[in-house]
Amino acid sequence: MPARALDARALAALAANPGCRRRALLDGAGVDKAALAGALGAPSAFGQSQFALTRGNAFEARVKADGGAELLRLVHQRLDPAAEPPERAGSPGLPGPPDLSAAGPEGRAERTALALREATAAGSWTLLDHPMLVLEVAGSPAFLEPDAVVVHPDGGWTVVEIKSFPMLDGSADAAKVGAAARQAAVYVLALERAAARLDPAPRVRHRVLLVCPKDFSNLPTASAVDVRKQRAVTARQLARLTRVQDIADALPDGTCFSPELPAEELTAAVEAVPAAYAPECLAACELAFHCRARSRAAGAVTALGRAARAELGGLSTVDDVLAAARGEAGDPDDPAVAALRRAARLRAEALAGHRPAGGPGDREALDEALTDGRQGAVCR
Amino acid sequence: MSLIATLARLEAVHSGRAQPGATVRHRHLSDRPLVFVPLTTAGEAGAPLGALVGADRRAPRLLAVPQPRDRDLRFAFLAELADVMLPYVDSFAGVVEAAERTDTDPETGKRVKVEVELCADAPQLIVPSRAGIEFVRLLGRSMRFRRTAEQDPEAPHPAPPRVPLLGRWLTHFGERARVPGSSLLLALSDVLAQHWTTGQSGLEDQHLGALLAWIAPPGGASGAEAALRAELERDAAGQLRCPPAGPATDPAFDNKLLAPAIERYDRARQALAAAEDGLTADDRLGALTTAERDVLALVETCALPTWEKVWDGLDLLRTLPEGAHVAERWTRDRWSFTGHRDRILAGEPPQPRRDDAVTAAGKLAAREREQARLDAQEALDDPLVMAGRRLAGEAFAGEVVDVVMAYGEGKRPSPRPLVTVRTEDRPHLAERAKVYRSLGGRPQSAQCVAEEEEGTLLVLRILDKMGRGKEPEAGSVPEKGDLVCFTLFEHEQRGGAKLPDPEQTPWTHGGPPGEESVPEAPDPVTEEDVL
Amino acid sequence: MTAPARPTEAGPRPAPDPGAAAARATAAILRDTLHGTDRGVVVDSPPGAGKSTLVVRAALELAAAGRPLMVVAQTNAQVDDLVLRLAEKEPGLPVGRLHSSDADPYDKALDGLANVRKSAKAADLAGLDVVVSTAAKWAHVKVDEPWRHAIVDEAYQMRSDALLAVAGLFERALFVGDPGQLDPFTIVGGEQWAGLSYDPSASAVTTLLAHNPELPQHRLPVSWRLPASAAPLVSDAFYPYTPFRSGTAAGDRRLAFAVPSDGSGPDRVIDEAAASGWGLLELPARHTPRTDPEAVRALAAVVRRLLERGGAATSERSADPAPLTADRIAVGTAHRDQAAAVRAELVRLGVTDVTVDTANRLQGREFDVTVVLHPLSGRPDATAFHLETGRLCVLASRHRHACVVVCRAGVTELLDDHPSTEPVQLGVTVKFPDGWEANHAVLARLHEHRVPWRP
Repeated sequence: MPARALDARALAALAANPGCRRRALLDGAGVDKAALAGALGAPSAFGQSQFALTRGNAFEARVKADGGAELLRLVHQRLDPAAEPPERAGSPGLPGPPDLSAAGPEGRAERTALALREATAAGSWTLLDHPMLVLEVAGSPAFLEPDAVVVHPDGGWTVVEIKSFPMLDGSADAAKVGAAARQAAVYVLALERAAARLDPAPRVRHRVLLVCPKDFSNLPTASAVDVRKQRAVTARQLARLTRVQDIADALPDGTCFSPELPAEELTAAVEAVPAAYAPECLAACELAFHCRARSRAAGAVTALGRAARAELGGLSTVDDVLAAARGEAGDPDDPAVAALRRAARLRAEALAGHRPAGGPGDREALDEALTDGRQGAVCR
Repeated sequence: MSLIATLARLEAVHSGRAQPGATVRHRHLSDRPLVFVPLTTAGEAGAPLGALVGADRRAPRLLAVPQPRDRDLRFAFLAELADVMLPYVDSFAGVVEAAERTDTDPETGKRVKVEVELCADAPQLIVPSRAGIEFVRLLGRSMRFRRTAEQDPEAPHPAPPRVPLLGRWLTHFGERARVPGSSLLLALSDVLAQHWTTGQSGLEDQHLGALLAWIAPPGGASGAEAALRAELERDAAGQLRCPPAGPATDPAFDNKLLAPAIERYDRARQALAAAEDGLTADDRLGALTTAERDVLALVETCALPTWEKVWDGLDLLRTLPEGAHVAERWTRDRWSFTGHRDRILAGEPPQPRRDDAVTAAGKLAAREREQARLDAQEALDDPLVMAGRRLAGEAFAGEVVDVVMAYGEGKRPSPRPLVTVRTEDRPHLAERAKVYRSLGGRPQSAQCVAEEEEGTLLVLRILDKMGRGKEPEAGSVPEKGDLVCFTLFEHEQRGGAKLPDPEQTPWTHGGPPGEESVPEAPDPVTEEDVL
Repeated sequence: MTAPARPTEAGPRPAPDPGAAAARATAAILRDTLHGTDRGVVVDSPPGAGKSTLVVRAALELAAAGRPLMVVAQTNAQVDDLVLRLAEKEPGLPVGRLHSSDADPYDKALDGLANVRKSAKAADLAGLDVVVSTAAKWAHVKVDEPWRHAIVDEAYQMRSDALLAVAGLFERALFVGDPGQLDPFTIVGGEQWAGLSYDPSASAVTTLLAHNPELPQHRLPVSWRLPASAAPLVSDAFYPYTPFRSGTAAGDRRLAFAVPSDGSGPDRVIDEAAASGWGLLELPARHTPRTDPEAVRALAAVVRRLLERGGAATSERSADPAPLTADRIAVGTAHRDQAAAVRAELVRLGVTDVTVDTANRLQGREFDVTVVLHPLSGRPDATAFHLETGRLCVLASRHRHACVVVCRAGVTELLDDHPSTEPVQLGVTVKFPDGWEANHAVLARLHEHRVPWRP
C-alpha cells in the first residue's frame, strides 16, 4: 500500500502518547491508520464538519488578503514592534508574496528554500504563503506545510499558525492553543533545519504567532505563543522515532499492515507491536477503538485511565487487583495489596449500612425510575 | 483517583454495571428545573444552531436557526430563548422571605444586622454536559453587551431588552457554576458521574449516553456493551443512534443532513427574494417554510435523544436521598440568585468582560472556602466519601474503649475528658493535632494527646461543646462502647482576609482601575461577521 | 517558577572571589532599599545564597535608620525563625511578633527573649521597630497610617491575592525569594484569570513586576550552601537564565568516614557521594506503590550507614572536621506517606533525630547530607505534581556536602513516555525550564554516579 505522508499534526500527535510503540511504528512507516482501523473492524470516529472547514478556509483567506498586509502588521505588532513597520503590502509597485508553486513536494520545498534565502538577504518583511518544509523523520523526509512563515527585516523567521477557534476577550481554549503550539513547534524544528543550511544561519524565532478570529467576529487578532517547551519535547520525541527501525526489527519477517489482508491476519500483525493504550488516545489516534477493545479484553487497568495504576504497584489487571482486594491473592506485606484491602474494607463498610431502597445499585428502583413518562409532544 | 474510586471502577468492570459513588445525593435538585439542550454550529463561536428547552419533560420548546450564519436569524433565536428562559427565572424572583444579613453601616462603619429579602427558591438550569456550561457562558458573553434601541438609537442591530438581560442571567449562572457545590447551573453528566462509578474512564464518562448505559443498561445488556453502542452505533444512513449531547454535533450529521437542508433553505430564500409577483412569492414562501421546517426537524432529531437522557438522569438522581447539608448549600445559591436579582433591579451595568484585581481575588477566596466547606460536608453527609478520607489518613473511626474524666487548668476548672478510641484507620496525626467530630450538627474539637499500641489506640482530649458547668452536659462526651468518627479537617470555614475596595487597589496590583465604571462597549457588528 | 525578566546584574562574571561578588550584590540591594526612590526592590535568591542573612541585615539597617518596618513571611515557622535571628543579631532591638489567636501560636523559644513582644493584636505592638507576622495574619490588620517600609520574605511562594490583601499596609517594600522553589497554587479552578497581570493564583512577584516592570531586580549570585559539585547542576537545570555559583571551590568541602565500606550498595553509594557530591542508588526497575518497601529500606539503610561509619565533614566553617551527626542529615520525599514510612523504618533501626520530610516542608532548610527518594521512583506514570520543577529543585539543593538519591531504574524511559499535551494559556509567561527537561538533566548527571543495587 502507498505510505501516507506524515504531516505536522501527526508528528505533533506523537507527543500525545510517546510510549506507544504501535503508533510510533505505524506512523514512522507511513501506514494509513484510518484505513487500517476500518479493516480491523474498529473504524475511527474522526471527521470534520464541512461548516468548520468552510469557516476555517474563509478565515485564512481573509487573514492573508491584500498580500498578507494584515498578517504582516500583526507579526510586527505582536512580535517585532522595534522593527520598521511593514510597507503596505499589495499596494501597487510592491511585490506580492513570492510564488512558491512548483511540481511535487520536493519541488515546492526547493522553491521555499530559495524564497527564504532571497527574502532573508533582501532584509524586508516577506510573507511566505503555505511554504513547503522538509523534516527528516525516522530516516525519510516528511513534507510539512505551515499556514505561513514570515521573514523579518533582521532576517529572523517566524512561524504563523492560523486557527478558526476564537480569542474571546484575549483568551482562548487552552487545549486548542496547546495543540496549535505543538504543531507550530514541528514547523519551527523544520525551519531550523532549513536555516542551518544557510550561512550565516538565520534565527528561527521561538515565539510563534497564533492568529484567530476576534471574539464573535471573523476579524483576525493574534497572540505570541512561546513554543520552547513544545520544541524541546518534539525534538526529543523525533530523535526517538529514529529507533522505529529497532521496533520493526523485532517483528516477525513478512509482517504487513495492508488493509487488504484478512482481518484475522491483520489483527495478528498489529498485535505483534505492543501498544500503550490510554483513554486519551480516543481523541488522538485513529486506531484507538481497536486498541481499547484489546486493552479491555486483556483486563488492563490503564483502560480506565493512566492514573488508575498509580497506587496499584505491580498489579496491572482488573482480575489481579480485585483478587488482591478480596484477599484471594497477593502478598499482604506488599503495601499496594495492604492498601487495596483497607480500601475494600472501608468501602464495604460504608455501603453496608447505607444502601437505601432506590440507592445506586438498586437495579429495580433504577429501572422503575426510567419507565416513567417518556416522550411527549415537542412545541415549536 | 483515590484507591476506593479505582476499586469501584474495577468492580463496575467486573459486574458490568456502574457501582455506587455516593450513598446520598450531594447536589440540590429543583422540583422544576429548566433543562437546556443547546446545539451549536461547528467552527463558529456564538453561532447557535438550535436548542430544546423547558421545564416540562413532555413539552420541550424547540428553537432553531435555519441559517446559523445569518445574524438576524441568530438574534431572533436569542430573543426566542429569552422568551422561554426569562419568565422561568422571573417566576422565582418575586417569591421572597425575610432574612437577615450582616452589613457594614456606611455611616458608622460598624457591622450591623439588616433585614433583607431572600428569594424563597431559585431557578435551576440543567445542561447535559460540561461543554454545555461553557456554551451557557459563551451565550451570556455574546448577549449581555448588546445594545437596545432605547440605549442607542443608532445601533445597527438593536436588541430587544430581554436579550441583554438574558445575557446577564446566563453569565451569572455560568459564573456561579464555578463555585464548588453550587447548583444553580449543573452539568448532568458531571453530577451523575459523581454518584455512580462506571467501568470506563472519566474521559469516557463525559459521553452522557455511555454514562447512562453503565448506570442503567437497557434490557439485559452489560454496561460495557450498552456504552459501546451508545458511543458508536449508527443507522443505515450512517447517523449515530445516540447523537452527542452537544453543543457540538456529529460531523456526519453536519455533512450529510444539515448542510443540504441549510442549502435548500438558502435557495428557497433567494428564490423568494427574487419573486416578482405576489403569487410566485406566496408559492416560494411556502417552499421557504418547508425548508425551515426541515432544519427544525433535523435539530429536533439531533437534540431529542439528549433531552430524554437528561430527564432520565434527573430521575435516577432523584432515587437518592438528599445529603444533610445540601439544603444549606442551596440557601447560598438562593442568596446568589437574590443578589443578582437586586443588582439588575438597581440598574447596575452588566458584568464586565474581565474581573478587576480585587474581584478576582475575592472570587478565588470564596471558591476556596466553598471547596473546603464542600469537602467537609460531603464527607459528613456520606459514609462512602468519609471512607475515602479515612483511607487518605484525613479521618478515623472507631470504638471508644475508655473515658477518663479530667479537668483543664485555670481558675474555674472546666471539663477536659480523655477519650481513648480504638481504630484500624491510620490518620496522619501530627503531634498535638486537633481533630473534630460532628455533635448534633456542630463540630466538637479534641486534641490527640497520645498514640498507643502502634497507633491503634488514640487518646483524645475533648476541648469544647460540653456546656459551661463543671460537669459536661449529658451526651456531650462520648461513652465507652460508642462508635465515633473524627476528622483532621475542620467542619466549618472561617471568613477570609478583608480585601481592599477596588478603588483602593494597591500599587503592586496596578492601582485603582481607571475611569469610574465606563460601560463596556458592545461587540462591534461588522459585515465580516457573516461569511 | 517564573524566569525573572531582567536581572540588573549582568550574566556570570568571572569574579575570582565569590565573597566580593556577593558583597557587591548585597551592597547594591541595601542601597536601593534604603536610599532608592522605587517603591519596590526585588531580590532573587537561589538556594543557600544568604537570603535570611540579607533579610535580617536589611531589617536592622532600616530600624537603625529610624524607619519602623513590618515583615511579612509566609508560615509561622518562618516568622519565628526570623524573630529568633533578629534577636540573636541585635538582642536590644524591640521586635513585635504578631500572632494568631489559635492555641500555641508561636515558638515557645520566643518567650525567652527580653525585647520580643508577642500579641494577637497589632495595636499592642504599635511603635516597635520591627513587627513580624505571616501574610495571613497581616491580611486582617487595619492601619490608619501605612508603614513606611516592609520586607516581604519568600515572595515567590506568596500568592498574588495574598499580596493584594496586605499591600495597602506599606508604602514600599523589599521582596525577597527563591524563584526556583515550589510555586504557589490553588485547588479550585482559576483558569478564567490566567494571563491577567493580577491573576490571583500567580506568584506575588509575577503580579508585582507585571505592574511595575521598572523596579530594580537584584540577584544574590553565590550559593554558600551548595558545594562546588552541586551548584553548576542546580544552576543549569533550574536557573538557566539566572545562573549562580558556589561560594566554595572543589576541595574546600570534604566528607570522610572512619569506617571503611563493607561493599554493600549503601556503602558504595555513600563513598561515591562523599567523593563526587552526588550518588544514585539504583534499585531494579519495578512499578511500586508510593511507599515502595525496598526503597524505604534502602533510604533508611543509607542513613544508618552514614551515622555508623563515623562521618566527618570538613568545610570552610572551621579548621577541624565536624562530626556528621543525625541532625545534619535529612531524608526528603515527595509525599507525606513516604516520609511517614521512612520515619517508621528509621525507628525500627533505632535511628533518631534525622529530619524526614516532604519537599514542601524542607524548603528553606539546610543539611550536610541529604538522602532523597526520587519523586518518580517506581511510578507507572508521571504527573504534573511529580514533574514540578520546584519539587526536584528543593530536594536537590538542601545539602552542603553530598546528596544521595534512591531511585528505581526506568525513570528515563518513564519521562520519555510521558505524554506532553499540556494546555497553553495565552498571555501566561512560560515557566522555564520545565519539569520534564529539568528531570532529564538531573537524571543524566546522576547516572554518572550510579550504584546499581539489588537489596
